[in-house]
Amino acid sequence: MEEVDVEPSTTLIPGAGFYQKHLGFEWGPGDLIVYETNYKLQGPRSAGSPSVHIVRRDEDICSPILRKLFSESHLIFVGLQKIKEDVPSKNKKSQFVSISKNYRSVIRACMEELQQNAVSTQSGSLASQYGDQVSILLAIELIWNLCEVLFIDAAPAGSLLLQLLDWVRLHKSDVDAKAREVLQSDSPAQHQSYWDVVISLVLQGRTDEARQVLSKQASLRAESSSVFKRMDGLLQTMPIFNPTGTQTLTEFEVKWRHWHEECDRCLQDNTFASNRHLETICKILVGDEDTLLEQKELLSTWYHFLVTRLLFTHPTIKPPDLHYYAQSSMNMFLGPRASPEPLDIILLSAFEFDLHQVIKDCSIALNNWWFVAHLTDLLDHCKLLQSHNLHFGSNLREFLVLEYASGLFTHHSLWQLAVDYFDHCPEFGRVYLELQIERVPLDTERKAIKVLRICEDRQMSEQVRSICKIMAKRALRNNRLGSALSWTIRAKDAAFATLISERFLQDYSNKGSFTDLDLLDNLGPAMLLSDSLTFLGKYREFHRLYGEKRFSEAARLLLSLMTAKIAPRSLWMTLLTDALPLLEQKEVIFSVDQTYELMSCLEELNSGTKHSNLTDQDEDIESTKTELLRLALARNLTMAIVKEGTIET
Amino acid sequence: MFVAKSIAADHKDLIHDVSYDFHGRRMATCSSDQSVKVWDKGDDGEWHCTASWKTHSGSVWRVTWAHPEFGQVLASCSFDRTAAVWEEIVGESNDKQRGQSHWIKRTTLVDSRTSVTDVKFAPKHMGLMLTTCSADGVVRIYEAPDVMNLSQWSLQHEISCKLSCSCISWNPSSSRAHPPMIAVGSDDSNITYSGKVQIYEYNENTRKYAKAETLMTVTDPVHDITFAPNLGRSFHVLAIATKDVRIFKLIPMRRESANSSGPTKFEVQVMAQFDSHNSQVWRVSWNITSTLLASSGDDGCVRLWKANYMDNWKCTGILRGDGSPVNGSGHAAALSQIRSSLRESS
Repeated sequence: MEEVDVEPSTTLIPGAGFYQKHLGFEWGPGDLIVYETNYKLQGPRSAGSPSVHIVRRDEDICSPILRKLFSESHLIFVGLQKIKEDVPSKNKKSQFVSISKNYRSVIRACMEELQQNAVSTQSGSLASQYGDQVSILLAIELIWNLCEVLFIDAAPAGSLLLQLLDWVRLHKSDVDAKAREVLQSDSPAQHQSYWDVVISLVLQGRTDEARQVLSKQASLRAESSSVFKRMDGLLQTMPIFNPTGTQTLTEFEVKWRHWHEECDRCLQDNTFASNRHLETICKILVGDEDTLLEQKELLSTWYHFLVTRLLFTHPTIKPPDLHYYAQSSMNMFLGPRASPEPLDIILLSAFEFDLHQVIKDCSIALNNWWFVAHLTDLLDHCKLLQSHNLHFGSNLREFLVLEYASGLFTHHSLWQLAVDYFDHCPEFGRVYLELQIERVPLDTERKAIKVLRICEDRQMSEQVRSICKIMAKRALRNNRLGSALSWTIRAKDAAFATLISERFLQDYSNKGSFTDLDLLDNLGPAMLLSDSLTFLGKYREFHRLYGEKRFSEAARLLLSLMTAKIAPRSLWMTLLTDALPLLEQKEVIFSVDQTYELMSCLEELNSGTKHSNLTDQDEDIESTKTELLRLALARNLTMAIVKEGTIET
Repeated sequence: MFVAKSIAADHKDLIHDVSYDFHGRRMATCSSDQSVKVWDKGDDGEWHCTASWKTHSGSVWRVTWAHPEFGQVLASCSFDRTAAVWEEIVGESNDKQRGQSHWIKRTTLVDSRTSVTDVKFAPKHMGLMLTTCSADGVVRIYEAPDVMNLSQWSLQHEISCKLSCSCISWNPSSSRAHPPMIAVGSDDSNITYSGKVQIYEYNENTRKYAKAETLMTVTDPVHDITFAPNLGRSFHVLAIATKDVRIFKLIPMRRESANSSGPTKFEVQVMAQFDSHNSQVWRVSWNITSTLLASSGDDGCVRLWKANYMDNWKCTGILRGDGSPVNGSGHAAALSQIRSSLRESS
């Protein structure tokens, strides 16, 4: 198994290498940055203004039409993965064949659109770009179709040739156009392409159509009509194997051999000597190689030559015997001096049933992984890779799918498709996804939530935490405290929650009111993430209760914030000051016990070390506040004692 | 491959380093003109320079971004023997309209006695930690204990490598199976200490970094070193830029129960070696999924290396300057015209 060793291509960077001889680089998302530099650090100073160049691989991802190919094939891929293992294999084969046909129709649709664009575009360079893409897709579909015939459908002898004929016919559609042109002309028999059409149809085994075109000729010349009748007879009686019929392969072979001998007899008897075209056709029917090779222009490819040759010499060809004919056909057709193209080598490997070589050569020849990834995945599902004695069976599939999906990940919207591909790579899919999903730029909240959902669905808790933290940090930098808090809660980051809570409280003491009330009112159990956050939530609740005039509940909450040590010491003064309006209500709100507790809190606060950095003015304010509180508490105490001591009558 | 875009960097001297931020939407460049520039990628896909300021009093060798979890933070290191930490300040609204942002210096790290050759942030799971290495042979690990206050950094570890250091790389693995690990490369031509790559590992018990391994087979000066992303493997992959490109596999060996206090012992294997540059290799770097390695050499080429599913490595692409002067620079264009006319006349 020879390695198709391809020399690595060299890309030139314009404007680099003139002043400085080294090239610096840095990996980016889906590209590479390259710049002129000098690593020796002591070289000559740079005279010019340096540029930084962004280099990309020849990515088809940029094309909007190909994007359709990617998204539609993604659906097919996901559907394929869902096919259950326990379905009996015969049903599965037809399923796989239909999936293969789906893939091919998606390729064809894409090709047609590209072709239309190539024709309609004004720009010459775009037209040639489209044209290139069309040729690549044509080649891909050709290879895929052959793989479907040989590997997925795995046609046995008899059907094999019929399917190969279909394959050739599908990829040589110019015959139909020419035939139409001839038949629609005033005098078809005189048309210059007349005989080319007849011969082309015969070469493709389309005997009925060939007869139809021939009949135009026969009606003209009465004297040679017998010759044409004879040819018509031969064409009509050519046996075609019917796979669904009752005839066995052996019976067909016998019939075919009879017919073949009859054609040969016509040649020996010089039946068609009067008309060289008919003589040529007869030689084709007999499978004469030299005659077939003379039709090189009409055949145009060696694999057409191969199939035609088999049609007229070995219609019952068995799959294992294909490769011999394939190799010799290619040699005969291309001649001694011509060297085969990569496409030819790939097709030859397919005829040799060397799947591994097909995949390898396709990987090298094409610079996008789409084709090999999807084809290999399908072949793997058909259990074809293992039977070919590759010890890395499903690893090859996973390797290619990972490559393809990683390429998708750099695109701003296609990355979502890539997620499904990673999900179906059992060994490395998860770790690849973890690595790459973190890097998706979180441009908007919506995008961030999309990314998060993907991570949460897969229990990627570290990625969830990281993304939420990044969003929280960004919100905090832009002073959007509410947004920062909700991201922090989602990140379950206690330390950051404390920080943000403190900012909220700072804001409150500066402005006198809370922001983001909706959020604070609906914290629920998330409040428990950090003590500061719990306090913030409860403190806001206190304000709400007060606003709703539910004073006794508010009072109880306020007290519990201090006694349960939820409130930080630094805020006790604020809380006690908040208690003032409650103390000065007409009716008694704080009970005797509660008032005693408040008093002890106040004394505890005052017995603590005084802050030395308070200015004299601040110290005055503090002591005034304390006095006010002491007075209010004392007054409340008396009223409470009286209230509680009074017996209601 | 093709050149998708060229951006005039507008530095007045050589660019020494370019660094993408974590999401690939921002870029920092640093230069011998002593400044750092920050570029932002707009929604239109175009790059705009949003900040440019003088950072050091000597050539700036490297610039690197902290993980976005810590905010918008950059670190730079320079020939002026210092490393610095910069933070972006959210500016006034008219600044935003003009597309400008401000970066302020949070701290200068002045402990090195010689040029600081590399600066790297440690993996984020270790907290906000910055590492520098210098020509004085010392690797310094700093930590910012309060991530909200970036002006406070404390020197946590000083690792004396005995050789002039040129590059450092942290093992990105956050797996609990691997203690923090840092690789240090040296471009010293000293023959006594011949192993030019040292690997240090953090020990939970001693709370210090201890040398775990010296790659004795790397005897030539090392210019760059980089761990590959871990991808759930049990072993580590390290690429080295020296007289050729070398990729090492470090397999942690199972500890014998008696010797559980020392650093991990490794089995060292060479995964690949490429001498296609045919000269000194100056930089190596892995792409995000560690499926591609890029190297830059004295031959003026950047080469890309890839392993297939059989772990066979091959060069898959080459980038090279075309040796032409930059278009539009009148001085250079005139020069080349004179040159070509001279060639024609001779």
